[in-house]
Amino acid sequence: MTDSKYFTTTKKGEIFELKAELNSDKKEKKKEAVKKVIASMTVGKDVSALFPDVVNCMQTDNLELKKLVYLYLMNYAKSQPDMAIMAVNTFVKDCEDPNPLIRALAVRTMGCIRVDKITEYLCEPLRKCLKDEDPYVRKTAAVCVAKLHDINAQLVEDQGFLDTLKDLISDSNPMVVANAVAALSEIAESHPNSNLLDLNPQTINKLLTALNECTEWGQIFILDCLANYTPRDDRESQSICERVTPRLSHANSAVVLSAVKVLMKFMEMLPKDLDYYGTLLKKLAPPLVTLLSAEPELQYVALRNINLIVQRRPEILKHEMKVFFVKYNDPIYVKLEKLDIMIRLASQANIAQVLAELKEYATEVDVDFVRKAVRAIGRCAIKVEQSAERCVSTLLDLIQTKVNYVVQEAIVVIKDIFRKYPNKYESVIATLCENLDSLDEPEARAAMIWIVGEYAERIDNADELLESFLEGFHDESTQVQLQLLTAIVKLFLKKPTETQELVQQVLSLATQDSDNPDLRDRGYIYWRLLSTDPVAAKEVVLAEKPLISEETDLIEPTLLEELICHIGTLASVYHKPPSAFVEGSRGVQHKRLPGSAGSGESVESPDTGSAAGVPDAPPAVIPSQGDLLGDLLNLDLTPPATSGPPPPATSGLQLGAMDLLGGGLDSLMGDESEPPPIPLRTDTPQSPQIPHHSPSPTDYSPTELGGDLGGGSAMGAGFGAPPAATAAPFSAPVSGGLDDLFDLGGGVGMPMGAYSPPKTVWLPAMKGKGLEISGTFARRGGVIQMEMTLTNKAMSVMTDFAIQFNRNSFGLAPAGPLQVLTPLSPNQSIEVSLPLSTVGPVMKMDPLNNLQVAVKNNIDVFYFSCQYPISMLFVEDGKMERQVFLATWKDIPNDNEAQFQIKDCHLSSDAASSKLQGSNIFTIAKRTVDGQDMLYQSVKLSNGIWVLAELRVQTGNPIFTVCLKCRAPEVSQCVFQSYEAVLKN
Amino acid sequence: MIGGLFIYNHKGEVLISRVYRDDIGRNAVDAFRVNVIHARQQVRSPVTNIARTSFFHVKRSNIWLAAVTKQNVNAAMVFEFLYKMCDVMTAYFGKISEENIKNNFVLIYELLDEILDFGYPQNSETGALKTFITQQGIKGQCQTKEEQSQITSQVTGQIGWRREGIKYRRNELFLDVLESVNLLMSPQGQVLSAHVSGRVVMKSYLSGMPECKFGMNDKIVIDKQGKGGASDDAGKSGKQSIAIDDCTFHQCVRLSKFDSERSISFIPPDGEYELMRYRTTKDIILPFRVIPLVREVGRTKLEVKVVIKSNFKPSLLAQKIEVRIPTPLNTSGVQVICMKGKAKYKASENAIVWKIKRMAGMKESQISAEIELLPTNDKKKWARPPISMNFEVPFAPSGLKVRYLKVFESKLNYSDHDVIKWVRYIGRSGIYETRC
Repeated sequence: MTDSKYFTTTKKGEIFELKAELNSDKKEKKKEAVKKVIASMTVGKDVSALFPDVVNCMQTDNLELKKLVYLYLMNYAKSQPDMAIMAVNTFVKDCEDPNPLIRALAVRTMGCIRVDKITEYLCEPLRKCLKDEDPYVRKTAAVCVAKLHDINAQLVEDQGFLDTLKDLISDSNPMVVANAVAALSEIAESHPNSNLLDLNPQTINKLLTALNECTEWGQIFILDCLANYTPRDDRESQSICERVTPRLSHANSAVVLSAVKVLMKFMEMLPKDLDYYGTLLKKLAPPLVTLLSAEPELQYVALRNINLIVQRRPEILKHEMKVFFVKYNDPIYVKLEKLDIMIRLASQANIAQVLAELKEYATEVDVDFVRKAVRAIGRCAIKVEQSAERCVSTLLDLIQTKVNYVVQEAIVVIKDIFRKYPNKYESVIATLCENLDSLDEPEARAAMIWIVGEYAERIDNADELLESFLEGFHDESTQVQLQLLTAIVKLFLKKPTETQELVQQVLSLATQDSDNPDLRDRGYIYWRLLSTDPVAAKEVVLAEKPLISEETDLIEPTLLEELICHIGTLASVYHKPPSAFVEGSRGVQHKRLPGSAGSGESVESPDTGSAAGVPDAPPAVIPSQGDLLGDLLNLDLTPPATSGPPPPATSGLQLGAMDLLGGGLDSLMGDESEPPPIPLRTDTPQSPQIPHHSPSPTDYSPTELGGDLGGGSAMGAGFGAPPAATAAPFSAPVSGGLDDLFDLGGGVGMPMGAYSPPKTVWLPAMKGKGLEISGTFARRGGVIQMEMTLTNKAMSVMTDFAIQFNRNSFGLAPAGPLQVLTPLSPNQSIEVSLPLSTVGPVMKMDPLNNLQVAVKNNIDVFYFSCQYPISMLFVEDGKMERQVFLATWKDIPNDNEAQFQIKDCHLSSDAASSKLQGSNIFTIAKRTVDGQDMLYQSVKLSNGIWVLAELRVQTGNPIFTVCLKCRAPEVSQCVFQSYEAVLKN
Repeated sequence: MIGGLFIYNHKGEVLISRVYRDDIGRNAVDAFRVNVIHARQQVRSPVTNIARTSFFHVKRSNIWLAAVTKQNVNAAMVFEFLYKMCDVMTAYFGKISEENIKNNFVLIYELLDEILDFGYPQNSETGALKTFITQQGIKGQCQTKEEQSQITSQVTGQIGWRREGIKYRRNELFLDVLESVNLLMSPQGQVLSAHVSGRVVMKSYLSGMPECKFGMNDKIVIDKQGKGGASDDAGKSGKQSIAIDDCTFHQCVRLSKFDSERSISFIPPDGEYELMRYRTTKDIILPFRVIPLVREVGRTKLEVKVVIKSNFKPSLLAQKIEVRIPTPLNTSGVQVICMKGKAKYKASENAIVWKIKRMAGMKESQISAEIELLPTNDKKKWARPPISMNFEVPFAPSGLKVRYLKVFESKLNYSDHDVIKWVRYIGRSGIYETRC
């Protein structure tokens, strides 16, 4: 007898017929009918109308029929909650059945019925089943607690099931232990702060014992749970490692990977000079290699994980290059992953083999794979200097194949090779130029143009080549346009006589005929540079470029650490933290590797990003006290006032010039004689009391700026961010061109500056005996301005104005007297701007940004309070070094993290970034994951508090997510409000 | 954990759908069909994320198995589970096909209810499952209480893979050492990579709860013994021992004991199962060597000559030899001459397939072919896929030897000597390729 016939009933009136059959007296017929119902359910037909009839079949001693009815119940109970109650009795009865299989079946099914009324009835049977004499029932009941918790967490806590579950960890049966661990882990995940899974050496010992005895799946649950434990010291860590290593020989790959996860994590705590540490490293390699002989899907999971492991501990697999060679019949996803790992493992020792392989791959069929192989050859050249020559000749061979995408890919990587080894391989340029016409991808075109521009003096017909690109200038992508602009300017600087016309043409195309602000900005800067000072232009544009780094595509150290804690899981497959793809509270906790036990090993320790080799800058800017009040009161409040306003020129210049001029600005700034120090002029005429302060040349020390810029361009952040200079235009007395330039930049770009809310009425005339004060706050040129409109609505003249502030959270105080010089006649208004300093007395206010003001005139003293946007306090030097940012972000406890959402914000991430930059919220880095842009930003308040932020922007989604981290979490709310205000303005 | 499990036929119609978690809805069934099964492009990853839902899939013939989740699950576990699910189904009703799945859908639902609880995999050993889930409806009504508790203790117990009270008149066991030897060779005859992946498959028909101990010529064990024992033996045995890169074991093997003493001891499941898998890369005997010679004569002709040499004892015979020589896509005609066996050009497979039934060791054979090509203006070069080979030899290319398999059963009155033991070695080609 076969069951497939049940799938083939499609006639009308089927439900009717089924109803009749379900109510039949014959058992066989009933069973047939239920099978038909289940078959329909599988296909997706709605058979919920049969609910009462099916439930009627439940009370049977035929176990097969019972299981079918249960299956139906699980599917439809939610849609028919009232009728589902009918089933309760049978469940309760079944939970008492002498047959343990039936008891377990009942409790298992009941947990799957997500109807509140039923869950109430479930409690008693569940309590009994948790203490059942039969282990099969207990292990099922353990999982049932997790099910119940998912439906009604409070109920589980109230009923004390969690304690019973904890007791099951000491159960004599290993499978019960495993399921209890799984259930507890899951429940603990949704209660990040509860100490539910109270892991201590005793429980760990129990788990390790059960590990040896339970099923393969149970071993996975236990190992995954162990990975959350942090041993107290290196000795405990070692002893756990010793007991986990045998799992590496398990036939189940998931057991192996979970064991690897535990070992990778606990290894962090072992001193590196320990013999055992070396032994452990050696033990890890063979099982990882063995994973590659598993089925392709598992190979893929393994390779994604190996990619992480290799980044964290390259020493483990450094001798295993050969196993990552691609096989002709590997699925494409395995091939691509293997290639990635091959590049990571490439070294001088194995480069010859690797290159031979890569060359082989470049002739395969799959386009993506071939491209990646070609790119890999280029990366080898950059990584292993000795091989560069061979790589270049391999690439040239590949270009000769004339296969379009191979050629384009090769040209892109050759550009990088030129960057890495300048003046070494230029002989190949002629070959590259032959392929100019076949390039149709923007990246390849841009690379080729870059090469032509960079080596214009060696290419006889460089001008013709570039001119040929210029014809379709407006159809090119931005990448190509920018590159073309720069290349032609380079060409002009090298061969000024023949190319004047060309450069004119491109500058006008870029500035007058383009709507792309990045392009226009760059065009204008070049234009001004060329017209005012060609020598400086030469130094800027043709400056030596910083070397490019060897490793690419490295995962950020903090993310890598987190992913290592998630080995074997989806996160490690996606290379994304769980929060990026898991909804709700689950998995949002960020896991961290434990600190190293060996003290003096900063190079290896996770805290220093080993990737960039940047010296570890101590995050000293951040005070260690967590208490805001303490911070507010104790922090040094001096810097802004004593040294004058921080030069806004820094940020302005930095922005405009960053990517565009590359390291070139170094030389510009280094050469102080050419453009003289730019004096700062605040455009607030009513503030004579702020001394006009020309920053001395030391303020613009080339090292400082250079460092800043280098960092900026290396991380590629804030590409082409528009200058935030409108608030502080420069007047350069000697070369007035620059002034114009920045004016222009502002004019054509976007009017940017610190966001300032519209004026609101602070003191209504009613309360002020005729004096009405409305006002707002603004930050101009690094100075906080309180801008007020005083209106006299009384009948008499007002004179003798004065102002005073109460103590407030950030020490705001008037930096000078209120300048109302002429008496205020009736019905007259006057605009006053009062500069503020932040060195006044401090007292925590509620809300934090509340300011109590007293204004006096000849009539009376008036009091009012107003709230200033906290963004006024964001200082201009709030851009954190990237390394410092990473370290700080990590350093601030997760409890201090606050998350907010900004709705209805229709900005692109770049626009948002530049907008925020105007208010001194600086974007430090940007990452794009699955169409979601993550901007990492830093803000420094005038009292030295740093706020770090992660802004998530999804294209097309008007909801932004801001995640703020700060030592003083109290300010987060205010900072968020500023975010919202700035973005929505 | 796993939120749901779906089985589809090649058209994307659902055959089985079981949802374990509330966050997975019916729309997930359709999402997978639309985005993966009906996707125009080749599958680029076995894990797909569609609208924050992750789909893991494996394919068996033209049946799709998909596990769905919204959480950060253990990905390796999910795939292992899907493979296990396939094994279990195969053990119950044979080949996984649409026909068989439809015929057994009630059974499959029952299995899914048992081996996956709230998305957590539970005991999935067929041996244990078959004691209480059968195709002839469920046993249970007629079971005694003892039988019931025996089932539950086996399902949850430490030795979940074997039930008590097994009796055989004749205690017998069969060991198969099955190796697949993998090779990638350059046209110049340089070994680019070579490894053997081997399996020890055991068929045990033993009474009671026998304690077994398995020994092989593992270098580490032999060296250890050599140190302790007579020194004259060490040199001799050292030559015979092999270096095993890594091995994994069936869950019946006590891993901690292997880790500490490197001894393989276990209580075997009843019937056939895979005791261990291993991998070696050193001193592999490559049974065949392929020497290709491809010459392009003008634009429309290729001359191919391939020599194969067998490299093992002349007394042994290799079987089922097949050499596959790829031909370009624009091949119009092929003429083949071979010394031994039969060769044929298969246009549909774009290859010349040369078959030889048997070949003794230390022999050599040759094929030459003339391939005529249609002139094309296709710029793309022919990728020249490697020449691949299939064969079967009656020895283990890794050099592995079984030294002993001792059986102890203290409760029943049979001893190691009473057990009849059989050992067989088969070496097969895995991916055995020579680039040309």
